Amino acid sequence: MALNYSKQVMEHFLHPRNIGEMKDYDGTAQVGNPVCGDQLDFFIKVKDEKIEDVKFLSFGCASNIATASILTEEVKGMSLEDAKKYDWNKVVMELGGLPKQKIHCSILAVEGLQKAIEDYESKNL
Amino acid sequence: MEVYLDNSATTKLDPRVFEAMKPYFDSKYGNASSIHKMGQENNIKMIQCKEEIAKLIGGDPDCIIFTGSATEANNMIIKGVAKKNEDKGKHILISSIEHPSVKKSAEYLKKYGFEIEFIPVNSDGIVELDKIKKMIRSDTILISVMTVNNEIGTIQPIEKIATFAKKNGILFHTDAVQAVPYINFNVKAWGIDFLSLSAHKFNGPLGIGIAYLADKRSITPLIHGGGQEYNVRGGTYNIPGIVGVTEALKLAYTEKEDAIKNVSELTQYLWKRIQDEIDDVSLNGSSEHRTSNNLNILFRRIEGEAILMDLSVKGIYVSTGSACSAENLRASSVLSEIGLKDNDLNSNIRFTLSKFNTKEEIDYTVDSLVDTVKRLRSFTPIK
Ligand SMILES: Cc1ncc(COP(=O)(O)O)c(C=O)c1O
Ligand code: FES
Repeated sequence: MALNYSKQVMEHFLHPRNIGEMKDYDGTAQVGNPVCGDQLDFFIKVKDEKIEDVKFLSFGCASNIATASILTEEVKGMSLEDAKKYDWNKVVMELGGLPKQKIHCSILAVEGLQKAIEDYESKNL
Repeated sequence: MEVYLDNSATTKLDPRVFEAMKPYFDSKYGNASSIHKMGQENNIKMIQCKEEIAKLIGGDPDCIIFTGSATEANNMIIKGVAKKNEDKGKHILISSIEHPSVKKSAEYLKKYGFEIEFIPVNSDGIVELDKIKKMIRSDTILISVMTVNNEIGTIQPIEKIATFAKKNGILFHTDAVQAVPYINFNVKAWGIDFLSLSAHKFNGPLGIGIAYLADKRSITPLIHGGGQEYNVRGGTYNIPGIVGVTEALKLAYTEKEDAIKNVSELTQYLWKRIQDEIDDVSLNGSSEHRTSNNLNILFRRIEGEAILMDLSVKGIYVSTGSACSAENLRASSVLSEIGLKDNDLNSNIRFTLSKFNTKEEIDYTVDSLVDTVKRLRSFTPIK
């Protein structure tokens, strides 16, 4: 099988954006995939119903790191409504494609972000 | 710099082996089954090769069957023994850490009413004979335990198991693919019924394996064809491959002392530097009963594939377990068999060295690894 990552995936893996912890977050979530064992933590800071800042931590494969990296880059500054609807297909596209068995990494990243938004919303009803 | 540390996946062809093979591609290309001189000369060459191999492993030349790979040899033996002996019994014991070519061949047999049981390993990654003693039954027809595990390099007590199997009238197979040149085989004296080898794991060519069958009548053939290999395995003799595997095996054993000395010094040096310079690491599998080319290391809190890719960018080639893991997302079952916690199952790297590695390469590897681990640990959510 091929594990031929695109240039974009490698670039984000080697230089992930928005990576690291956030202390004064408004919403956070931890997601994991029981099959591959990978894990992502998301943190968001919200202002005027927009994602003012977003950060993530990763225990995961190269594409786990890359998908979370590009996703955070894309949704920074976006309204919560739009960010919640962000499609994992778009993540895959932006990265110039993912190997078939790595598509789930992008789904995990999108799920993690959605849950962090839900966490914020549940605290700010 | 490029550093190849994935020698359990495959190895570089020794240039001397390549030289030995060349004439059989472009001038001595006769079909070894042909009656004319060009054919018969190759037939004689093949017989000489079998004699040479037999000497190196302490067996009989007539028991050697050339295959296309060890995967084929393992399939031939597991399925062939089952078919031939199904009237005697349908119970087969294999170790829980076998290569997929043994494991899946055995599992395939379940469809035909065979009962497959897995012999557990201890936390060192070693099969204990006492466990086998408790598992055999009157209908057990075959025990299969690999000589050396491909992921953690642990050496199994196959001589003892072979003796025990013989005493109980059970056939014994060992997948010896990772054992060359670390184990000096004495197939006949040890009472091994079947053994599998693969040339590309010891600096020989791809596409040639060996099935050693102490008694060819104890299997039903899988590959029917033109009567080659005593009707046990059809297919035109792969003379370049046969010459290659013979030369590679010969070099591996005649030069074993220097090669092992070099490899084990480098492996120990690699492990020492890793322990000195990186915290939260541990060695998977027995530190004592393992081949000196293998280090399978747990790097806590970071993910194996990320380590592998980061090193790969730096020109260092390692693996996360076995080569199959690129196709399979699930963590290695060998590591869960030796009792690694769920949290730790995805954080392992296998380094397998060869006689071609140098100290400079190992230094470059550790220097790079220190940075890789530091980077990945800087953003791990695992405490
Ligand atoms: C222990 C073991 N058995 C069998 C095989 C299969 O060998 P081959 O590549 O010749 O099919 C391998 C290598 O992948 C192995 O490590
Ligand atoms: S392999 Fe599962 S998140 Fe990447």
